Amino acid sequence: MKNNPLPRYCWLLSVLLLVFSITVHADDNQPLVDALNQIKQGSMTDREKAINQLVALKNPRSLVVLQALLAGKLLIIKGEDKLVIAEDVNQEYEVRDAITDAKLGTKNHDAVSKINLTNKLRSDLRKIIGELELNADDPVIRLAAVNAMANEADERLLDLLKLRLNIEKNPAVKEALENILLLQQMDSADKNLRILAIESLKDHDNKDVFNKLKTIVEKDADGHYVETDSDIRNTAELALIEINNRLQLYSAIETVFFGLSLGAVLVLAAIGLAITFGVMGVINMAHGELMMIGAYTTYVMQQIMPNHLGISVLLSIPAAFIISALVGIAIERGIIRFLYGRPLETLLATFGVSLFLQQTVRSIFSPLNRSVATPEWMSGSWQINDFLSLTWNRFYILLFCLMVFFALLQILKHTRLGLEVRAVAQNRRMARAMGIPTARVDALTFGLGSGIAGVAGVALSQITNVGPNLGQSYIVDSFMVVVFGGVGNLLGTLVAGFSLGIANKFLEPFAGAVLAKILVLVFIILFIQKRPRGLFPQKGRAADG
Amino acid sequence: MKLLAFFGNDKTCTAVLLLITAVTFIIPFCNLISPPDSALHFSAYTVSLLGKYMAFALLGLSLDLVWGYAGILVLGQGAFFALGGYAMGMYLMRQIGTRGVYGNAELPDFMVFLNWKELPWYWLGFDNFGFAMLMVLLAPAILAFVFGWLAFRSRVTGVYLSIITQALTYALLLAFFRNEMGFGGNNGLTDFKDILGFNIQSEAVRGVLFMMTGICLISAFLVCRWLVNTKLGRVVTAIRDQESRVRFLGYRVEMFKLWLFVFAAMLAGIAGALYVPQVGIINPSEFSPLNSLEIVIWVAMGGRGTLYGAIVGAVLVNYSKTVLTGLLPEAWLYILGGLFIVVTLLLPDGIVGLLQRKIREQSA
Amino acid sequence: MKNYLQLGKKLAVSIAVSAVLFTGAQAEDTIKVGVLHSLSGTMAISETTLKDTMLMLIDEQNKKGGLLGKKLEAVVVDPASNWPLFAEKARELLTKDKVSAIFGCWTSVSRKSVLPVIEELNGVLFYPVQYEGEESSKNVFYTGAAPNQQAIPAVDYLMNDLKVKRWVLAGTDYVYPRTTNKILEAYLISKGVSKKDIMINYTPFGHSDWQSIVADIKKFGSTGKKTAVVSTINGDANIPFYKELGNQGVSAEKIPVMAFSVGEEELSGMDTKPLVGHLAAWNYFMSVDTTKNADFIKQWKEYIKNPKRVTNDPMEAHYVGFNMWVKAVEKAGTTDPAAVQKAIIGVEAPNLTGGTSKMLANHHITKPVLIGEIQDDGQFVTVWQTNKLVDGDAWSDYLPESKPIIADWTDPIMCGNYNTKTKKCSGQKY
Repeated sequence: MKNNPLPRYCWLLSVLLLVFSITVHADDNQPLVDALNQIKQGSMTDREKAINQLVALKNPRSLVVLQALLAGKLLIIKGEDKLVIAEDVNQEYEVRDAITDAKLGTKNHDAVSKINLTNKLRSDLRKIIGELELNADDPVIRLAAVNAMANEADERLLDLLKLRLNIEKNPAVKEALENILLLQQMDSADKNLRILAIESLKDHDNKDVFNKLKTIVEKDADGHYVETDSDIRNTAELALIEINNRLQLYSAIETVFFGLSLGAVLVLAAIGLAITFGVMGVINMAHGELMMIGAYTTYVMQQIMPNHLGISVLLSIPAAFIISALVGIAIERGIIRFLYGRPLETLLATFGVSLFLQQTVRSIFSPLNRSVATPEWMSGSWQINDFLSLTWNRFYILLFCLMVFFALLQILKHTRLGLEVRAVAQNRRMARAMGIPTARVDALTFGLGSGIAGVAGVALSQITNVGPNLGQSYIVDSFMVVVFGGVGNLLGTLVAGFSLGIANKFLEPFAGAVLAKILVLVFIILFIQKRPRGLFPQKGRAADG
Repeated sequence: MKLLAFFGNDKTCTAVLLLITAVTFIIPFCNLISPPDSALHFSAYTVSLLGKYMAFALLGLSLDLVWGYAGILVLGQGAFFALGGYAMGMYLMRQIGTRGVYGNAELPDFMVFLNWKELPWYWLGFDNFGFAMLMVLLAPAILAFVFGWLAFRSRVTGVYLSIITQALTYALLLAFFRNEMGFGGNNGLTDFKDILGFNIQSEAVRGVLFMMTGICLISAFLVCRWLVNTKLGRVVTAIRDQESRVRFLGYRVEMFKLWLFVFAAMLAGIAGALYVPQVGIINPSEFSPLNSLEIVIWVAMGGRGTLYGAIVGAVLVNYSKTVLTGLLPEAWLYILGGLFIVVTLLLPDGIVGLLQRKIREQSA
Repeated sequence: MKNYLQLGKKLAVSIAVSAVLFTGAQAEDTIKVGVLHSLSGTMAISETTLKDTMLMLIDEQNKKGGLLGKKLEAVVVDPASNWPLFAEKARELLTKDKVSAIFGCWTSVSRKSVLPVIEELNGVLFYPVQYEGEESSKNVFYTGAAPNQQAIPAVDYLMNDLKVKRWVLAGTDYVYPRTTNKILEAYLISKGVSKKDIMINYTPFGHSDWQSIVADIKKFGSTGKKTAVVSTINGDANIPFYKELGNQGVSAEKIPVMAFSVGEEELSGMDTKPLVGHLAAWNYFMSVDTTKNADFIKQWKEYIKNPKRVTNDPMEAHYVGFNMWVKAVEKAGTTDPAAVQKAIIGVEAPNLTGGTSKMLANHHITKPVLIGEIQDDGQFVTVWQTNKLVDGDAWSDYLPESKPIIADWTDPIMCGNYNTKTKKCSGQKY
């Protein structure tokens, strides 16, 4: 349900290209050439004039050029001063002449420069193209065209829309058209028509309707109603109450979703720690840096295959797991294994490791943040209606978090490694006596926790900065989540992460972002007094250790 | 020889103490008798740097008392340090008077700037030096008392306690960042002019502050040393080693812990109060969990549970930081990080432990 | 007693060693320039580039034959994003290394921390970042923008050219955004904007979860009136902020965001897709088409050995500031700070946008104001610019308490904090 018609333009483009390349003759092209020459000028006013000229020409080629301009595909070949329309193929541009549509082969990215646009031109263009596309064959394009005009429909456009409504077959487009016209009808002179419009629109979750209704019940500076007709006012008020009720529900849903997604981030950050800290008792201050390594892995993967963003992010997950796990195992073998039974000293050594890793990343990748692109399917949001939309990236991260959690749970419960890990965690000496190679299990457990930190880093790279400080900003929160949930209990970590996330988001509207966080921290401190071993305390002998 | 006996016949300890005493008195004395350009004269840079190290040493000492002797690993000792520092900073802010940017006699500049009309109640009284000094002790003490009373009574121990002390300092960090709190937000308190009517940047005041820091450090050290050798100290050490056994013997474990914790918090507060006038700024970043972690590192490096080890550790780590950030700005984190790893792996008793071993080997 | 003798010996040795370490001998055949930028910690992201810029500028000056017949020597230290360490390092630079000038600091708090030291030791500091104003020290030269050189023109542009009626002032909770927003609020109200059309929001440093705030902004902007966000959000918090805006469908065409802290360098670390069309106000853009700028970019890319590196506004500020300092030293014939402070007022140096900036008597400089739209290549397209250079104003005219105050470091006023009503100079130590 993404509201992005651009990819479809390309398809339309190719159809149009076929048709027009036959019909257009060189002689008729002079005005087009003039307009395009003007577009090449640097100033935005020139560009605006050129666009208007192109529209006035009613040359079918205009639409193609304008679409390319809006999509950022209209380029100038440096040195040749030639306008071309380009398609990005394998890190090169396949270019065609903007006027004749003749194929001109491929060009390097550096050999061309793009015709820039400003916001104003961009929204003008969208409207113009919308007008030209109102009769397009693809209903998706038509719908986009109608929506582009919705906000600023003047008399002329309304007539166009009415004409279209008469012949429109597609229900979605039809509804959009009717809504615009009904909205207009709320301003009509006929009182009955107005009330009818309000009645039929009040069930729509449409922000234009909502705003319109609000203006109807508004008072002016002297306290008088702007709208003099009380019937209309009352109808509007009733409609507003209905809409407001729905809005409250939506905002509650939204807050829960925000909370869950914040919780998912917390859980992801904490779950690796729940293994290294919770199960093994290592206070791993380098945990954040292991996440950072995961995030940088994503960056490197994207550099390796810049044309396949989506796949590169997916492939980053196993890659980050392996790399972070290897680093983790190296830390365990090199340092931590000498420190078992001295948990507080692992804190010092791993703090040293974290400084070391941070500076390593700074030396390799520079202290600047690195840009990690978000694949198409993870950007944008699921627009349920005008008032409620859930962002895709958060949605996927929530899903991802649950998948990681259950995968981990399965590993611990149903594999040999899991069995051994639990055995060593409960009673190291006894486990060794039973023939479990504790040293190897330790290394693998630490590797598992570190690998999961790396996987969390992949998720974080999609919502925050990828830089040397990435780990530091999550380390304190991660420890809180693990401790709040109960050390050594994975389910506790999950519940703790989500409940802290939701609590934070419900507090935020009243207290503001900072105070909400402080309140959550104070709550954790007080909670630990009440239940000194967290939400889900470990039971049995292991707890006494 | 009696002196040696007091220190448990520990020569390294005596040496450290003598060195501090010497530095404390010789430097201001040299500066008093020698002209500014003579070789004996110590620059303001050196004096304030050494003063800073000594304030940190006092802070390290306070942590070693609770961690080394009572086994409570506090990851938020920096919070008490910062509170003491803020109390001192508030006094110094009030001393500015009308010499602020906006020339307001009542309000510090940042309040004028936030459109505050009057001094918030918690700033009242800070124009009085005595009151401010009382708050240097009380603010950390009250926080430590409330926190400790809750935590020790419900028998929160081990990593749980460590992590919630971290939560405590993190919450304070966020709170002090807020401009609405009235502590100057991120910029903190700065641009101090006078202390007790004397120009804070004059050499004499610097010297006195330096000497005060040294004297506080020495006396705190002696008091701590005495404390750990009293019955209270022995009980506390017993708690560190076997908490439940001490409890079964009928001691009220939580009370012993609580008082030691509060005392250490007060020491940290004093350290903060001495630190602020010498570096000229106090800002919420002193509350950051990483700062508190660093204090733990000092103690561990120097040698935990020895008191003077904390002093050695604090001075050494900070000295190497000063040198390395100037000498090898790009690589100093490698060295510092590497140092932590090496020390924990190879010197479990810290530098002091190593020295003691060496001395023992020599005399053997 | 033998033990004590030995102890005494050890003591004497260690004191001697430390004395040597702390004082150190100095050679006096170069002019030293201090570079005080964080190379580690949270601010390293922004400040490392400025350190490299300074090294490049000093290198270039040495190729031209140095200054006053001597070579320049850069002294680089790392204050590690630690504010008290800034003060300590400034003292080290001035007393131990005896530098002639310091180029450094980024955050306001680092400048405030260094300020007493620089004033006490009468040094010279060039501060290259846009800041909140309300300050003018005898020893500091502010080569970044004052609020009237960035914020006010940006709001004018939004109001006049984009017809914005509703305003979201979003910032990180520290002094620069607080002051800027206070000035802007007063300014907007003076332009007839009602209070309910202004929403002010503060977030902590490095805020990463923007879901609720963006949802609020969206609601605030859905009333039908044209809405814009004026963002003083700092550094690291920007990426998640813009990502959230993009994902929640807040495009630049619906609700444009005007940022004061997002430049080319920040953009190079971001996925620019969700940012296209959003705005930023600066005094320099890398995309500005002048020969001076082209040379500077070429030089930078060669120096840093990376053709992809970008240039940004604070770098230009250092470029201008360094050249002004060089000219002032040449004019004064000495690097003595007092002489340089006197000589530099009125000194002119070319900036990279085609004009000539001048050091004013209030220690701020004249700058052009440019507003640009972000493009998907991480560069800006200038959509508006002032037709002449704007004088930096240390004390804002839109804040009641600083309105009567001016700064003038020439005789007879010689004061950074002069109240024109009471005819008094306050807050100074001289």
